[in-house]
This record gives sequence, C-alpha cells and structure tokens, in this order.
Amino acid sequence: MKRIIVENISKSYKNAQALKNISFEVNDSELFGLIGPDGAGKTSLFRILTTLLLATDGSAEVFGYDVVKDYKKIRNIVGYMPGKFSLYQDLSVEENLNFFATVFGTTIEENYDLVKDIYSHIEPFKHRLAGKLSGGMKQKLALSCALIHRPKVLFLDEPTTGVDAVSRKEFWEMLRGLKQKGITILVSTPYMDEASLCDRVALIQSGKILSIDTPENITNQYSHKLFAIKSNNLYKLSKDLKEFKSTRSVYLFGQYLHYTSNDNNLNTQEIEQFLFQKGHHEIEIKTIKASIEDCFMDLM
Amino acid sequence: MNSNTAIITVKNLVKKFGDFTANDNLNFEVAQGEIFGFLGANGAGKTTAIKILCGLSFPTSGEIKIANFDVYNEREKIKKNIGYMSQKFSLYEDLTIVENIRFYAGIYGMSRKNIKTKTLELITRLGLEDVKNKQIKEIPLGWKQKLAFSVAIFHNPKIVFLDEPTGGVDPVTRRQFWDLIYQAAEQGITVFVTTHYMDEAEYCDRVSIMVDGRIEALDTPQNLKEIYGVENMNDVFIKLARKATRVES
Repeated sequence: MKRIIVENISKSYKNAQALKNISFEVNDSELFGLIGPDGAGKTSLFRILTTLLLATDGSAEVFGYDVVKDYKKIRNIVGYMPGKFSLYQDLSVEENLNFFATVFGTTIEENYDLVKDIYSHIEPFKHRLAGKLSGGMKQKLALSCALIHRPKVLFLDEPTTGVDAVSRKEFWEMLRGLKQKGITILVSTPYMDEASLCDRVALIQSGKILSIDTPENITNQYSHKLFAIKSNNLYKLSKDLKEFKSTRSVYLFGQYLHYTSNDNNLNTQEIEQFLFQKGHHEIEIKTIKASIEDCFMDLM
Repeated sequence: MNSNTAIITVKNLVKKFGDFTANDNLNFEVAQGEIFGFLGANGAGKTTAIKILCGLSFPTSGEIKIANFDVYNEREKIKKNIGYMSQKFSLYEDLTIVENIRFYAGIYGMSRKNIKTKTLELITRLGLEDVKNKQIKEIPLGWKQKLAFSVAIFHNPKIVFLDEPTGGVDPVTRRQFWDLIYQAAEQGITVFVTTHYMDEAEYCDRVSIMVDGRIEALDTPQNLKEIYGVENMNDVFIKLARKATRVES
C-alpha cells in the first residue's frame, strides 16, 4: 500500500529551482528518509506534501488524497514537525499539547498511549513555558504535538539538526517505536549516518534525487575499491595522497582518509610504499565497505 | 603543555545564573596553533563558556586569559585579537561578498590599502571572481560558510572561535571547510571549534567533552579512545554524555 506518492514534482521560486522533477513512493508503516544538505529542497517538498505550498509542476498524494484538491482531508490525517521550532513559546508544555489536541477535536487523554513514550520525558516540566525549554526538550514537545491527533502519516523536517549525538540516538529509537505502531514516517536529515536507521532513503542534492533504495542496497552499489588509510599525520596524509598517481578521491573520514583510485589494480602495498617514502609512519591501510556518505559524495 | 605557548588559559572558571551553575569550575589551556574541539551535549554549558572566552559575558569567578588579555578588564583587546563565526550568524545577506569583507575588515580597523589587496587575494584564492558582486543570499550555503570563515580570520586574529561551523553543509563542502581550518592552524591561528559531527572531533588536536557544566574529559582523540576502550569519538561522546543528569540549560 502506497501512503505517499510523489510524481514529477518541480518547484520554482523567483530566482531558483528548488525541486527538479522529483518522484518517489512511501509504503505503509515505512520509515523513509530524505537525506541531503541544506538547500537540497527538502523543506519545499515537505511543504508541498503537507499542503502548505503549491508545486510548480507534477502531482502528489498522501494517503490516497491529492495534495491540491483534497488538502483539507490531508491536514486532518498528517502530523507535521517543521524544521523551525514553531510551537507557542508563551504557552506551557501542557498548554501547547492541549491546544494541538483541541484543534484536531481530541484530547490528551484519548491519545496518551501514543505520545506516552515521548511525552513522559518532558511531563515533569509540563508547567514550564515552551520558550524556556532546552533544544532536546523542545524537539520532544514538537513531536508530541505532531502526534497528539493520532496521524496516519508523520512529516518530520530535520528533527535532529543541531541536536547532540546522544539525543539524536534517542530520537531515532522513538521513531522506530512509532513505526511499530503503524505510522508512516517521512523524515529528513543532513546527517548521513542517520540514513542507516531508515527502511529506505532518497539521497537528495540541489533539488534532484541522486538515488532511492534501502541503505544496504545503496552502499552495495558503490562501484569503486575503497581504502581507509591513516598515519601519524592526517592533514599531511591527505595532501600527499592527492599527489599520488591516479588518485580519484581523497576524503577525511574521522581518524581515517577514504581513498579511491582510477587504477583498479592498485593494492595496499603500493600505497604503503608511497606513504613510507613520503615520511609517514604508523601507517594503516585496509579496504572497506562504503558508507552512505561515501555513496553520497560519489553521486554528487 | 608549555605555558609560554598557551594562548587560552582558563583557571577555575565558574558561571552562575541565579542558583544554576552553567559552568562548574572549568580548567584548561589551549596552545598556539592548536585545533581544539569543544564538545558537549545540548545544554552542557558550551555556549556560556564561549561567550566568556570571547569577551561577551563576565564569568562569576575564575582567572581567564585570552591571547594574554584578561576577560574582566581587557575585553576590547580580546575582541580585536579573535575571530568568530557560527552557523547561525556569519555574513550579512543583503550585502555583496566584497561589501561583507570590507565591512568586517573595517570594523577590525584594517587600512583601506591593506583591505583592497587582501580582498583581491581572498577572492582569487576562493575562486569567487565571477560572483564577488553578488549578494550573500544569492550564493550557495557551502560557499557562504567557507567565505564566512575566511572573513573571520581576515584580520589575522590569534584565535578563531567556530560555533558549529559546518552544520547542514554537504559532505564535500564540510571536508573542504576542514582543509581551511588546517591551513589556518598551520599559519599559527588557534582554532577553537564546536561541532555535533563526531567524525570532526577526530580532526582536532585535542578535544574536551562537557557534561552538566563540567569538563569530563580532555585529551587527544587517540588517548580518549584508548581510555574509554572504544573505536571512535562518537562512542566516547555517547559514553560520557549519557551520564548527564541535567535536563535544562
């Protein structure tokens, strides 16, 4: 069952084309990720699917409803957490949640089971003004508010941006839990490592989709021999490898550099010899499987 | 560390807001030319500390020297000797590239002649000749961030503070940005950087990790990984930040 269908959507603003002929589908209870940097067009797409913005071209359906003709129906069945914190700063935590419940003709009590896992983290502070919450708590309140009317489809626009590694991990665990409850989720993120937590992802850059598949299949399709290399001096290593014969790409990856060559027969001994001559020590070279970030940069 | 080369010295830094202790007795030194990663969970107290180090806010107590200037009574001197850039605030959107450079250089009191030659040099180095008269809002985020960094070190400060400089930029640009950071450090500029990308923590010479207002760990990435018996900085961070009990900042 397709819960979201996007067909040839394009969006142009005065000076820029934000989306260029985008198409994809999201299945029932799927956790689907839009992975891409700022300016990729993620927010435009979210606003089109939540009926807040008209596409320049193409069509889209959410839960079988057309985003233009049936916009009122869509608004009742989707939850939307925009990238910018958009709750009422001068209402308390509880007042915000109550407000969103009332707008959708329901109550906190009626749907408490759905938000409990998330809301319980902030419930001890329910009388605090939303404007006075920390980043991680605002994020949990925003998700609770987007869920309180038991939506069928959840749209989360960069919910983890600017959030620390621990809170990000917790947040993704919450999303897995919501998926188990049968909610279809479209989530965007600029953090490439979060792709592996989705069922399927679309890699998106400058308004175009680079690839759509399961994270596993995307990384399996990476077609180059990939080396992870480190030595005592990462910056010098990077400079030296860029000078090496038939170098295709050199990218920093934490404590390693990821390296590809145009020469398919290049082996670790040759690289090691070269680096040794360049004066490196503590050299470590291994061939590795590509990550989503390797794939993204390769497709860019 | 040799105290002669320390460019940032923080001794017993405490900052309180009412009965809330945002910074609870911080102690560290940063050497000249070092790339120092200042990490911590949301609400751990990083921003409060950075404001003090930049001369924008007074500590409650402690002895803090930035480029040998005192944070209590030499704040203007501190500001002249540092650069600052963040993801949220960098350049003026409705000024052109050249206007932004001139504006910042002017604030830092550089001479007109010096500004002119250095601007030309910068525009060439970043390959921005064709867009130099475009407004900032018209150029892609990646270029904007690289330019913002170059502007922050345009007056050749002793230290540059970078507050989540790479948030949201594409993975290739993020790496080009780190090339710029390495170049600056090679020129002797000290880099004080915060980030939520844990792979970037690996690029720092040393890293401190704040939890609940205190520095819980401070060492080279290599040593931290060994101490905590984990493979990468992400796991170090998660091990430490999990201990946080503070929920509010």
